[in-house]
Amino acid sequence: MRSRTAPWVLLAPFLIVFIGTMIVPIIMAIGYSFTTVTRSGLLGEKGLTNSFAWFDNYVAALTNANFVASIGRMILFGIVQVTVMIIAATVLALLLESASAKWPGFFRATYFLPYGIPGVIATILWSFLYIPGLSPIVDVLGAVGIDIDFLGPNMVLWSIANIVTWTYTGYNMLIIIAQLKAIPGELYEAAKLDGASSLRVATSIQLPLIRPALMLTVIFSIIGTLQLFAEPRLLQTMSAGITSEYTPNMSAYAFAFQYNDIGMAAAQSVIIAVAAFLLSAIALGVSNWTEKRR
Amino acid sequence: MSSTDNAPAGSTTTTARRNKPLGNAAKAARGDGRLGNRNAGRKPTTTILVTAILAIVALYFLVPVYWVVINATKSTEDLFGTSGFWFGESFQLWENIKAVLSSNGGIFPRWGLNSLLYSGVGSVLATYFSVAAGYALAKYRFRGRKLVYGLVLGGVLVPGTAVALPLFFLFSSIGITNTYWAVLIPSLVSPFGLFLASIYAGAAVPDELLEAGRIDGVGELGLFHRLALPQLTPAIVTILLFQFVAIWNNYMLPLVMLADEKLYPITLGLDNWRAQTDRLPEFYQLTTTGALLSVIPLAILILVLQRFWRGGLTEGSIKG
Repeated sequence: MRSRTAPWVLLAPFLIVFIGTMIVPIIMAIGYSFTTVTRSGLLGEKGLTNSFAWFDNYVAALTNANFVASIGRMILFGIVQVTVMIIAATVLALLLESASAKWPGFFRATYFLPYGIPGVIATILWSFLYIPGLSPIVDVLGAVGIDIDFLGPNMVLWSIANIVTWTYTGYNMLIIIAQLKAIPGELYEAAKLDGASSLRVATSIQLPLIRPALMLTVIFSIIGTLQLFAEPRLLQTMSAGITSEYTPNMSAYAFAFQYNDIGMAAAQSVIIAVAAFLLSAIALGVSNWTEKRR
Repeated sequence: MSSTDNAPAGSTTTTARRNKPLGNAAKAARGDGRLGNRNAGRKPTTTILVTAILAIVALYFLVPVYWVVINATKSTEDLFGTSGFWFGESFQLWENIKAVLSSNGGIFPRWGLNSLLYSGVGSVLATYFSVAAGYALAKYRFRGRKLVYGLVLGGVLVPGTAVALPLFFLFSSIGITNTYWAVLIPSLVSPFGLFLASIYAGAAVPDELLEAGRIDGVGELGLFHRLALPQLTPAIVTILLFQFVAIWNNYMLPLVMLADEKLYPITLGLDNWRAQTDRLPEFYQLTTTGALLSVIPLAILILVLQRFWRGGLTEGSIKG
């Protein structure tokens, strides 16, 4: 079975699960997104009829004020949170790799630690640090005259951003460090001979050479932002600012399980998936394009 | 050819080892090439300044962990009555742990075992599947190879939570929602693992090795299991860890699939307890101590395995 069947035998287990749990559900979702379910009778007791609805669900989704607002909220969230996180991760990576700090191993492990804490548990911990009466942070800030309501309607988005940043900064930092380690030592030698300062080395050698890693982290972060679900859903019971359609994913979940509108939920899922796909593709394209122009 | 391609992975493991908190002098004395040279001529003030910045940042990352450790020792009254940054009047960590382990007829240990089952079985099988597939894509030329690559790349870019809902519709139509299978089966696939494995196999498994095996009469599956797998160990460790943490941290999939509390993983279970704090304040203490107990194993795993992890990450990002 030299080269004909062998690769397919090795591929088979993966492909079966992959097709069964990703391709088929996506096709089903696309199917559902084009159908509406009509209930006959007052309470739907006379049965359901499925009918082809063309783009009705998509039109409904994209004209649904709450869904559109949730997308806008994620764009705002992404622009601020991803930027802050990637800059923080890059600065921390450069500082750790500059060899001018003591105990780099300890710091690296500390920054990476939150990645191992599930988002749900991180959110529970931070939520306890947000609740007035329970949180020492609120107490301390109150004592110096700063009254801040982390769970207030306007503030809560940034409280979520803090949880996400806390969880993923160390992870992104490790990806960037890995890329920094791949920079050949001769480049540093040459820069040193030319009398370049540390800042100059960072801007002229390190930053340009870690661009691929930065692109990778930005793309993963964009996909992560679009998927935001666990953090806002857990904080929902504590904050009046979080509606059940606060993020696109929460909206799709609400339409599927609270409003029993499968067609709408499927259309929203497809929109989320397509948006993530397009954003990643655009990011990759921009990255390649600027790479070629250099 | 393969030895040069392997160099980055090898060099990161050595740098990981030599980055242990040694004094600068010790590093220089060991003739540590790049780090040592760049280190020479650093002013001590720079060292103090940079270390101070890093320490302040470390505080930020440690605050929630510190808070949970301190507050898991308190009674419910102390939890609200005393400062969250220091111990309360009573020290009742053991009583709290006992309460967590025994409440609701010992549901918490069961959640822990469920998480272990989902993550353990899921990550081992997912790793095996994705490494076999990645190896096949890297080492064989066959019709349909490009198609499979494209399909899987699409799979990487589609967010997991966007698939969770459609997956629920599919599983409910075949009647396996609210079973262990509903969470386990989707955990068996790791498109990211396939990519990492195929990149790594392309570099670390020389064609000559496989040809030599074929001449010796080893079957194609034997080539993979006996010759290729040992070469792929670093990639395997990385994929295994990523998948383990990914399944352990998953929230939306079990939330969508499971209704029976007995099947919950630890994340969903703790969320359940926290949701009851509104009505029953004693659940604050149960949730806090439960969070501590569930953070400890993963924190140890992360700290111990951080080095392996990093080696694998390098491999992915350099080639990618």
